[in-house]
Amino acid sequence: MPGITHYLTVSALLFFLGLAGFISRKNMFMIFLSVELMLNGINLSFVAFSRFFQALDGHVFAFFVIAIAAAEAGISLAMIILLYKNRQTIDVDRFNIMKG
Amino acid sequence: MKPIMETTIYFIIFASIAVLGGFSTITRRHPLSAALSLVVTLIALAGLYALLAADFLFVIQILVYAGAIMALMIFVIMLLNLKQSEMPPEEQIEKRVLVTLALLAPLFFLVQTAIVRQFGDAAFQPVAEGFGSIKPVGMLLYQTYFLPFEIISILLLVALVGVVALAKRRA
Repeated sequence: MPGITHYLTVSALLFFLGLAGFISRKNMFMIFLSVELMLNGINLSFVAFSRFFQALDGHVFAFFVIAIAAAEAGISLAMIILLYKNRQTIDVDRFNIMKG
Repeated sequence: MKPIMETTIYFIIFASIAVLGGFSTITRRHPLSAALSLVVTLIALAGLYALLAADFLFVIQILVYAGAIMALMIFVIMLLNLKQSEMPPEEQIEKRVLVTLALLAPLFFLVQTAIVRQFGDAAFQPVAEGFGSIKPVGMLLYQTYFLPFEIISILLLVALVGVVALAKRRA
């Protein structure tokens, strides 16, 4: 019978996979997808804790995270399109206007 | 077959699909393949939510996340329709990702140790009928979490206005 430890392990694995993708990829889309993966790893934690403590609050938090992911998806995709229109690239190494 | 055995088998299947899909997501060269791998991961996660008696989130995960958000992603990726030459030059993606994962492994084991020390082999207790279905979650959302819920709606409105403002800007 899988206990909370197993669910939290899967959650941590997904989070670290997302983090590795976020660090090592240069494609803007891939970075965005990695963030989505990290958010989903955290959501699994929320739901597992909710089940473990028999309180529904975790479900509400996971619901909020999904809503924030939707807002983030809209804005970041608009920004990717705009950046691509201006610079014809989605390589994050090519954007350095914020460099000090 | 006993229901306990079945839960374990389903957990193993969904968990491995989720983790393999996640690995596939971060190692694909083309964003479209990565997005489709992420859809697989999201659906496997929906299965895990179902095992955790989260009926409402199971539906939301498939409808909103795997359905709407990922459809938007795939739509934008196909809209830009990047050719191989326009993609960032990334050599040996899998090697880079594996090296990063190896560097992050100590951190993961730290987290893993914390999880095991805190929970060990704590088992889930059986839940009441209707746990995680839409009514109790909705009641909680509209009573205890009413203010955060309204703030989330403002956030979505701000995102909407922001996207329109970005889209109307001429380069």
